Amino acid sequence: MSETVPVYPFAHPAALEPSPEWERLRDECPVSRVRMVSGDEALLLTRYADVRELLADPRFTHSLTAPDAAKVSTADDGGVFSSENSAMTAGPDHPRWRRMMNKSFTVKRVTAMRPRIEEIAHQLIDDMLAGGQPGDLQSALGFPLPVFVICELLGVDPGYRDKFSHWSDAMLNLTKYDQDELTTAAAEFQAFMVQHVQDKRSKPGDDLLSELAAVVDSQDGRLSEEELVITAQGLLVAGHETTANMIGKMVSMLLADRPRRWERLLDDRGLINSAVEESLRFDANPGFGLPRYISEDIEVAGCPIAAGTTVVVSMASGNRDERAYPEAGEMLIDRVPNPHLAFGVGPHSCLGQALARTELQVVLAVLLDRLPTLELAVPAGELRRRDGLIVGGLEEVPVRW
Amino acid sequence: MVKRIEFDEPKCIAAGQCVMTAPEVFDQRDEDGVAIVLQPVPAPEHWDAVRDAVAICPAAALLLVDI
Repeated sequence: MSETVPVYPFAHPAALEPSPEWERLRDECPVSRVRMVSGDEALLLTRYADVRELLADPRFTHSLTAPDAAKVSTADDGGVFSSENSAMTAGPDHPRWRRMMNKSFTVKRVTAMRPRIEEIAHQLIDDMLAGGQPGDLQSALGFPLPVFVICELLGVDPGYRDKFSHWSDAMLNLTKYDQDELTTAAAEFQAFMVQHVQDKRSKPGDDLLSELAAVVDSQDGRLSEEELVITAQGLLVAGHETTANMIGKMVSMLLADRPRRWERLLDDRGLINSAVEESLRFDANPGFGLPRYISEDIEVAGCPIAAGTTVVVSMASGNRDERAYPEAGEMLIDRVPNPHLAFGVGPHSCLGQALARTELQVVLAVLLDRLPTLELAVPAGELRRRDGLIVGGLEEVPVRW
Repeated sequence: MVKRIEFDEPKCIAAGQCVMTAPEVFDQRDEDGVAIVLQPVPAPEHWDAVRDAVAICPAAALLLVDI
């Protein structure tokens, strides 16, 4: 029996191509048994409507701390969703925590950061040009840009960025690290952030952590010291891994069909925003998706799901669903409207989505201006995936200009 | 013809998508990011942008209805 249940995430034919299993399951089995790399079983949703409905259902969250919840990674800790820390953003206090965070990620606040993001993008491109051709756009621009942005937002020294990358990877582990490595990384990250929060408290700056520390110190019980440390860690991890990977994937997808994508953007910069959204929709390599712990019996697509089940939703498969999108398998950079699922939906959808969108829009605009002749230095089919983490991305993006 | 925006405020999750899509019609509160409808009866030239905002709202908190 167990051999017939496929292991999730599925294999992909190429780094930018979707797994053929997605389409088959959407057509034949939209609520499908899958096995996590831990060996635990879960159900996988692959259709747009089902993914959207479950993500928006406020009864269920990503927290997999219940004893019968599936573990999603190979290590003993079971992965980020099994952590007690993940429960903080899943419990009854979530709406209050979320409102407090939202004010730092409004369109107004993020738009005010745009000139600085442009400046960082120019500097990083200068450095890439100085390094000569071919360059690796992923390590030269994709990874460092969001790290610099989130470090400035939090008031953290970007000089630690290699450490942050390692700690983030460890936190988002699926199969890459063993438990000893994870325990060490978690302890280092914790020590760093506790110290950092204390520093902000004694010497407040003009940054988000200082602002949040002041809330803690007001002793109204809204945010404990421990919650502040967890929040800072979460923002640091979420603020760069996902966007960092997306920059490389977005540019690769746009260069994979230069005439219909890159060159059209060169002719019409008014398409930048819709091209960013379509890149988010078309991303076939976003990683794991999101889990939901089903705490009471429900029905999805006519299929009963019992309390105690772990469900995984594939936003990427939903984004390719022909039932939701005309020409779902085509990347159409002028697609409007584009209600894709890349940031999730509902009360737990991505807190930093306005910042992520702005970073992607700025990177694309600056690249079009600075490097109109940009092209992939290898065939798109030869790009290599980053594997073993909750988030998906490319190992490198070799480019010429 | 006249159209009106229906905004289900408790559902709003402050993603800011409406502000990015139709900045003349929507804003966000500074203190918690919750949307503000600047033009409850939007001018016809904003209808397309509002329809887009309605479609992409991740909280499904917006509607554009005939009155």
